Parts: sequence; structure tokens; C-alpha cells
Amino acid sequence: MNTRSRVLAIALGLSLVAAACGSDADTGSSTDTSADTSTPSTDATEGTDAPAEMGTVTVYSGRGEDLVGPLMDLFEEETGIDTEVRYGDSAEMLLLIQEEGDNSPADVYYSQGAGFLGELAATGGLTPLPAEILDQVPAGLRSPGDDWVGLSGRARTAVYNTDELTEADLPDSILDFTDPQWAGRIGYAPTNASFQDHVTAIRALEGEDAARAWLEGLVANGAVPYENNTAILEAVAAGEVSVGLVNHYYLYRFLAEDPDFPVANKFFPNGDAGALVNIAGAGVLATTDQSEGAQALMAFLLSPIAQEYFAAETFEIPVVAGVEPDAELPSIDSLTLPEFDLNQLLDLQGTVDLLTEVGAL
Amino acid sequence: MTITTIDGHRPPRQGRAVTRGRVVRALGEGTFVRLLALTVGLSAALPLGYLVLRAWELGWTQRWEIITDPRTRAVLFDTLTLATAVTVTAVAISLPLAWLTTRTDLPGRRIWVVLTALPLAIPTYVGAFAMIGALGPRGIVQGWLEPLGVDRLPSIYGFGGAFVVLTLFTYPYVLLTVRAGYRRLDPSLEEASRTLGSGSFSTFVRVVVPQLRPSIAAGALLVALYVLSDFGAVSMLRYDTLTRALYVQYRGGLNRNTAAVLGLVLVVLTIAVLAAEQRFRGRESIHRLHGSGARSAMETQLGRWRWLALTGCTLLVLLALVVPMAVIGYWLWRGARVGEPLLPAWDLVANSLAASALGAGLTVVCAWPVAMLTVRSPGRFSRLIERLSWSGYALPGIVVALALVFFGAQRVPWAYQTMGMLVFAYMVLFLPQAIGAIRTSLLQITPSIEEASHLLGSGPIGTFRRIVLPLTRSGVIAGAALVFLTCMKELPATLLLAPTEFGTLATRVWTASNEAFLARAAAPALALVLLSSLPMIVLVLREADRREAQPTGSPRQVQTSNAGSATDDELTLTR
Repeated sequence: MNTRSRVLAIALGLSLVAAACGSDADTGSSTDTSADTSTPSTDATEGTDAPAEMGTVTVYSGRGEDLVGPLMDLFEEETGIDTEVRYGDSAEMLLLIQEEGDNSPADVYYSQGAGFLGELAATGGLTPLPAEILDQVPAGLRSPGDDWVGLSGRARTAVYNTDELTEADLPDSILDFTDPQWAGRIGYAPTNASFQDHVTAIRALEGEDAARAWLEGLVANGAVPYENNTAILEAVAAGEVSVGLVNHYYLYRFLAEDPDFPVANKFFPNGDAGALVNIAGAGVLATTDQSEGAQALMAFLLSPIAQEYFAAETFEIPVVAGVEPDAELPSIDSLTLPEFDLNQLLDLQGTVDLLTEVGAL
Repeated sequence: MTITTIDGHRPPRQGRAVTRGRVVRALGEGTFVRLLALTVGLSAALPLGYLVLRAWELGWTQRWEIITDPRTRAVLFDTLTLATAVTVTAVAISLPLAWLTTRTDLPGRRIWVVLTALPLAIPTYVGAFAMIGALGPRGIVQGWLEPLGVDRLPSIYGFGGAFVVLTLFTYPYVLLTVRAGYRRLDPSLEEASRTLGSGSFSTFVRVVVPQLRPSIAAGALLVALYVLSDFGAVSMLRYDTLTRALYVQYRGGLNRNTAAVLGLVLVVLTIAVLAAEQRFRGRESIHRLHGSGARSAMETQLGRWRWLALTGCTLLVLLALVVPMAVIGYWLWRGARVGEPLLPAWDLVANSLAASALGAGLTVVCAWPVAMLTVRSPGRFSRLIERLSWSGYALPGIVVALALVFFGAQRVPWAYQTMGMLVFAYMVLFLPQAIGAIRTSLLQITPSIEEASHLLGSGPIGTFRRIVLPLTRSGVIAGAALVFLTCMKELPATLLLAPTEFGTLATRVWTASNEAFLARAAAPALALVLLSSLPMIVLVLREADRREAQPTGSPRQVQTSNAGSATDDELTLTR
């Protein structure tokens, strides 16, 4: 019985310590924050006993491991810079950075959409990037404050069930889905960041009133809300709905698993509000202590090898001139809205309010 | 009758005692337990503090606007409706099921005992996905019905789907507590009722159910609060609850302050649910009847009714277990065709097991003082601590995770995003599950045994080690198994608080399915369900075996039952 008691005593002791940490946090005054912040930075300078000059670059990625994991591995291999990636939801990773404040271990924030990057930039969370990184990306696909860049493009499309419809059956403008013939046949994802970015774009392009009218029309038309793009694709394939508003690349993953997947993409013609190209992009955090490694990662993600990876593996559209997209996909020039740039995607809160008002959320 | 008074007869030896018990003696055991429980309670209340802090950043008018917004009221109503419906149905399923699997000659009872408990191992986000695939308007079942002219099934989305999925994957909480409650019933009361001329139904309603009330209440509370904080099922099935509204604020608007106000509304709702449970539970019968309970009850012969019973059990297991497993199997098959591995990466398995085991360990250890306090010194203080301990369980995982991110990164950066932090988060999230289990075991120990130990010269630590711990082993094991299973499924806190690059099976299922790589999600999903089932299976089987091995009311059994009954490895989750 002696060992048991010892285990118990140790366990109780541990719980005390753990609990004490908790209550410390509860009662500690805000002044120790400044003292605490010095700890990680001294750690970082002491950490140089390793042969490599640079420390570890920590990435908070809103993009999944299946999409960008191989690229991150390749970066480590090519540059010898240690990289650690935390994968999660773009919004949650942003919340994480905001709650961590000055003590954030993250060096790079990699987001699914421009809206979240804009949000982080607006609160001073990002640090400006050097010209050699910025200059590679078309002006409309990077931050006006020069603190984030798009790394790959994703077009908004309508997917449709090929057993029911042909491309000719679909309207040429996304705004025409309010027509009664689509009643109950459209799937969309009102809580999804890509859709919300799209609504923000439509507000900027067509005006608040037109955007509101469109959304009200969709809701009145019985548009079916889904949790995310994947769920929409599944629903369109199953025939729950005939058409879905999604990002273009999800379809190709389904086709890779099942070539007979009965769904196709409709790209809207240039100039229509439906033809938005959003980006997945990244920025370096203002609180980073690894800016050199972080910038090396950014440069790598814009290099031909990474851009070709996006085209071939994730079915996205390369943002760097000279790298061709997958044969099935339109190039970025044929999709980008001429007078529109992603910096107008900042008013996320306005979009959420609008979606709430029309009853979509 | 508390230990403090006992301890008072033995003035603490000061100075020379260099034993482990010194601190305990110096403080007096009561104070020591109180201090520990307070620390645990405060830790569990961290998310509450965080919500208040974030909500405080808004002005009074803004806060008031959010609270009085008709939409908030509508969501509040919808949340209550769902929680009530799921809880009531879970009880309605569990009461007969517990009876069938403990008191009747149901064919294959041992198998049913296991199968009916297992849906708990299926995460709701996997379960919801499977249900949509099977029961969606154009799902698998519709395909079967197509020849009969069924073009599409009624929509699974909205209240119906959320209700079905949450009920199917949470009812075992009630089933387990009620089954344990049945085992503790004294069959002689039922027999007396029958002898006095009551029919079996009226005996059930008038004698059995009232005695089972604490067990029902305990399980129902776990279910109700689970529903309040679930995000996986309600988001996929598109039913608006407070938790979903809160996530929409976090995810879309990035509005931490509005989300915090909604979180506080959820806290108020939780307090109401806890109060309702307290009322329903009624007065707790403390300490088991000496001896008589050790007798096995008579088995009811089902006769022709067994076919009905079997059909019911089969239907339930089909929906809650076979359907989700079949859908996972279908993903796996789809993946195998394109060359995805059939086994998950071993580091994910190891990470999941390690984090969940440590989580279960810490949770049980932290649950001890709280359980001890609520049993031995009931009162206002112990009620406060108990309520605080529920706050993590009743809040959505994302709130608990963000709260610990905030406190962790700002105040204890050296511990932030370490394994310790993750395990601590699990403790905050699942504490009540362990408290309930340990508490029930403690209730069954007559304080006189401990008093005897004290009088015979044992100190508080010695008594704890030699008497209390062995007698509550079953509760500790049951609590640990339940917390382990829940940790395995946990997602939001693991995503935010685990060490960077520390993947678990649950996070792998999430990242893969979120990006439409369903085939890659299959292997980890299957491993997740199987591994979290294992401790459950072992435990449930041990319970069933123990029951069957019990001799019927031999005098020797009567003598030892006071201690022996409590060491039975039963799933005692009753609070």
C-alpha cells in the first residue's frame, strides 16, 4: 500500500501546483505581464547553442495540414529553418493571436481569406513586409498597408449537379439566383468566411442596397444554409439542392476521390459580382522575434515551386506572374475584377450585421 | 457528522512530526480539504472570469441591447427547447433500457449492456455527419426507399436532426447513472410493494422511480448541459442555439465581446438548470442500507415481450452505433480506393492516449477534494464550489479554450501551450464527470468506519489511504474512464492549447474533414471511436460480471457488504 500512498501524495501535490497556477492567473495583477514578456525573448537568445543561426518559426495556419503541410516540410528541407505549424480554423487562429497579445508564440499568420488578415492588420498585429516580397504579388491581391500578401487565389463559383443541369441552365450573373426558378434549389454557407468575404465584396461593388436586396432575395427564395463548402458539395452531389455557392477548388478534391462525382463548377464571367477572386494569404506578426525566418517562409511560399504546388495539388490559382494554373482552371487575369481590390474586404462586421438583419444568420 | 469534529478530539501534534500528514494536521483536515476544493473551484471558474472581463469591455447599453435583442430571446427559447427535449427523451430511453439490461432475462443481455453504452464514444461532429449521410433528404435511407416512390425524406436539418443526433449520442450518460442506481436499489422494497398488491407498473412508478431520482437527475444534468455547450451537432444540422450564435460571433464577426455577453447568458441558463436539477434530485439518501442491498433482485421473465424489447434495443443500436460506424467504414473504403492508409499515424494515437490519460488523472485528483467537501460538509460554501466546478463543462469548448489562452499566455507564459496546459484545460472542461462518480462512492461509506480508523490511531492521511481510497476505487475508475473518453473526443481546446504540432486523433479528423478530405478522416475517426470505447467496454463488462457473480443474500455477504458493496466496480456517476 506504500507505493499507492506515494502516488497519491505526488498526484495531490501536482494538482495543487496545477491549481495554484490557475489561481495565480486569476488573481495576478496586470503588472507582471511586462515582467513575463521578457522571459520568452531571453529564452530565444539563449537558444542559440543549437548549430542553426535561427530559431523556430511558428506558423498559425487557418489552412489545413492536408493543403499546406507538404509545403511547410519542403520549406524546412530547403532552408534548414525549423518550422512549427499549428493548424486550425482561420478565425480561431486569429482569436488565438489576439488573446495571446504580446506573448504570442506565433511568427506567421496564414489565413484562408483576406478578411481576417485585414482585421489583424487593422489592429496593428502585422508588421510591414519588404519590397521584394510585396512586388511579386499584384496590387489588388495584397494589403494596402504592405503587411500581408495573397499566396494563392480562389475563385468564387457556383457548383451544380450535372445530372440535373448543364452549364447553360445557370444564369451568367450570381445576382440572378433570386429568380423564382431557383427557389429551394440553392445551397450557401452564411457562416463561412469565404461567403462572408464575397458578400463584403458585393457590398463594395454593387452597393449596400443591391447587396441587401440580393441577400433578401436569396433568403426569400429559400436558399438552404450549410455549415461549410464541403457540406454544400455533398448536398449538391446528393441532389438535396441543385446549385451551391462555393470556392472553386473543393470540387477537384471530390473528383480526385471519385471521378464520377456528379458536380461541376460554373465560373462567372469577368465583371460579374460572382467572379470574385479571394486569396489565401499570410503576414508576419508584429510581435515576432523570428522576422528573418518568417520572411524567408513568405518568400518561399511565393517561389515557383510553391506556386506550382498550389496549382497542381490544391487546385488553386497562382498569384505570381509566370506560373500557370492547372489546365482546367482559368488564369487569374481572366477572373479578377478590374476595379476591385481585396482591401475592401475589411468590413467583416458590417457583413455579419447585414447577414443577421436579413435573417441569413 | 464531519471529520473536523473527529479531528478535534485529536489535537494536532506540533513541531516534531515530520510526516507527510503534517500540513494536513496543522490545518485540520476539514480546512485542508476546503482549501484544495477552493483552489479547484477557482481554477474551474477561470472561463467565467474571462467572460466577465470581455463582456465588461462593452458599455452597459450595448450589453443590454444584446441581451434584450429579440433574436437573443428567440435563440434562448430554441436552446431551452432543444435541451429539454433531448434530456426528457434520453431519460425516456434510458429508464426502460436500464431495467431491461439489469433486471430482466433479455437475451444477450451482456452484449446489450455494452452496445447501448457505446454511442458515448462517438463524437457528435462525427455522428452528425453520419446522420446527414444516412438520413439526409437524399441520403442512404432515401435511396432504399426510392423504389417505393419516396423522392426525398423530410429535412433532417433544424430541430429534428439536432434533437435526434444529440439524443442518440448523449443518452448513455443517463443510462449509465440509472443502471448504477438500479444496482444500489434495495430489491426488498420492490418485493414489499408487490407483496402488498401493487402491480409491476405501479411498483415501478411509485417505488422504483422515486428511488432512482438522484441517478436520473445526475445523468439528465450531464445531458442537458452537454446540449447547451455542444457545437458540432447543432452547427452541422443548422439549429440555432446560444452556443452556435456565440460561435457565429467568434468566427464571422470576430466579436469577442458580443460572444462573451452571449456566454454569460448561457451561464445564467446553466444556473437555472442546476437549480432545477437540485429540486428534482430531492433529498439524497446518504449511506447505503446495511447489507440488504447486496442481494440480487429477482429477474423479471420477459416472455413474449422479449421480442418487443429486442426490437427496441436493435433499433437503438442500429441508429446510434451501426449507422455512424457504417459511414466511417464507407469513408475508409473510399479512401482505400485512392490509396489512403487504413491505419492512423501512430504518433496521433500516442498523443491522444497520453493527453487523455493525463487529463483523466488530473481531473480525478482535482475532483477528490470537491467531492469530499460536498459529501462531508454540505452547506453554502460546498454548494458554491460545486456550482463553480460545473462552469467549464457547461460552457462551449471555445470559451474555455480562449479563457485559458488569455490567462495562460499573459500570466504563465512558461506553461502556455504545453502538455500541462492542455491537461489542465481538460480538467476544467470535464471536472463534473469525475466529481459525480467519486461523490457517489463517498456517499456509500458510513462515516463511522472512518471514525473507527481515527480512534484506532490513524491520521487523516492514513485513513484516507487505508479506508477511503480502497472503498471509493470503483467511483474513481468510473470517473476516470468517462473523463478519458470525453478527452479523446475533445476538439476546440486541443486545437488552441496543445503544444504546437501536437496532433490528436480528434484534431486530425477535424482538419481532414474540414478541408473535404473525408477519406483521410476515416482512419483516425475509427481509431478514435475504438480506443475510447475500450475502457468503457471493460468497465461495463466488469459491472455486469460482478452483478452476476453475487450470491443472493448469504449471511456472510450481509456482514461484509458495507465495505464490499462500495468496492464493486460499478459505473457510479450519480452525484
